[in-house]
Amino acid sequence: MEIKNPGNVLVEIEHGTLLGHVMAFKNQGLRLSQICCAYSEEKLHLSYSFANDDTNEYTNLRLVIDKETPVCSITEFYPYAFLYENEMKELFGVNIQMINLDYQNKLYRINEEAPFIKK
Amino acid sequence: MAKQSIVPFGPQHPVLPEPIHLDLVLEDETVVEAIPSIGFVHRGLESLVEKKDFNEMTYVIERTCGICSFMHGMGYCESVEHIMNVEVPDRGKYLRTIWAELSRVHSHLLWLGLLADGFGFESLFYQCWRMREKVLDVFELTTGGRCIFSVNKVGGVLKDINDDMFKVMLDVVNGIEEELKVIKKTFLFDYTVESRLKGVGVLTKEQAHNLGAAGPFARASGIKMDMRTTGYAAYKDLDMEIVTSEVGDSFARCEVRIGEIFQAIDLIRQCIAKIPAGEISTIVKGNPNGEYFMRLEQPRGEAVYYSKANGSKFLERMRVRTPTFANIPGLLETLKGADFADVPLLILTIDPCISCTER
Repeated sequence: MEIKNPGNVLVEIEHGTLLGHVMAFKNQGLRLSQICCAYSEEKLHLSYSFANDDTNEYTNLRLVIDKETPVCSITEFYPYAFLYENEMKELFGVNIQMINLDYQNKLYRINEEAPFIKK
Repeated sequence: MAKQSIVPFGPQHPVLPEPIHLDLVLEDETVVEAIPSIGFVHRGLESLVEKKDFNEMTYVIERTCGICSFMHGMGYCESVEHIMNVEVPDRGKYLRTIWAELSRVHSHLLWLGLLADGFGFESLFYQCWRMREKVLDVFELTTGGRCIFSVNKVGGVLKDINDDMFKVMLDVVNGIEEELKVIKKTFLFDYTVESRLKGVGVLTKEQAHNLGAAGPFARASGIKMDMRTTGYAAYKDLDMEIVTSEVGDSFARCEVRIGEIFQAIDLIRQCIAKIPAGEISTIVKGNPNGEYFMRLEQPRGEAVYYSKANGSKFLERMRVRTPTFANIPGLLETLKGADFADVPLLILTIDPCISCTER
């Protein structure tokens, strides 16, 4: 079996450049593998992971923003991102706008607002 | 245009072992759209990183799911080991690979049984689950557990397998292989099975790629993607060919999973033949500091384990992206144009694991 493991690549991006990067990855035919959020030092750390299944390259876009900063949905390019974005919105309170299927914080039916943000 | 009606499907349904809800938009008896709704079993396991240290989190992550429990623990440990630059001893890697492939065998047999139950072939269901019981017996013999094994730790594994146990394991997998050859004929050549699966719920290669499908669901549509090719655990030492099909229908998904059981049995044999003597774990000192995305191939496909640590014994973030989470958009696509009667079967063909998905 041919083993290919180039490892993780982390690319830190500026707010406002997300869609440009995502569009470029879409045009390269990369697969959106996952999106997740972490809360660290009172900032939201958003990770968008893209996989090249031919080479196993795994590129992660890292966007660090304040809690209230709006982020545009990437469902325009990757329609199936709606589940990831709804999850981040509900668990971390990320202000994601224009999700193509927005569950309005009812994906997981949690009464508490942004439960994954340390109080 | 035919009159449209909306039929709620789930969260409780005879074919669903776990809850998911779909609003099915029908025109006559044809599905034109499906809107998913999850969140019935969300437990917030990931948020326990605030209360459990990085070693204790292994046992939390194992409880994400009762079917692929071992691989959840393994993926989590590998992510932390990458952060800490811990090299697991080779024997530990082989043991992990053996338990992982046994998990694949039992998961696919479970799925085959559920599929047979879904299309009303009860005796086939019993045969598949009877075979699966034997795998659970091997788990019990080697780990002490049938569902959650708790043998993973950061740095290796907690239990070894001796030669007598390997002999029993070989006898069991050889027996399963022979029985599966017989059952395979029914799954792949029986007219009644074909009539329920062939041409049903087709997902093309392009659709599978565009919808981010993973695992056997994607491979059945011709996507040659398997995280084992990244060479984690002992896979870099093993020979395997990725099992794929070009057809993309429910039958192809069944065919691919059967092929993967044979493949897993072969990998177990290779591991038993090659496993080196030596330590099964290494001593881990200090706390992790950094982050890593670990990808591994679960029975349902690519799972992603993201660990972010800050040098304390508590992780800042632990996130599991399970394959079912990635396969829901593909499922919705296969439902479009399907007969209403085929909906339960199509949901089964992604091998949904909702407790994994919601964590």
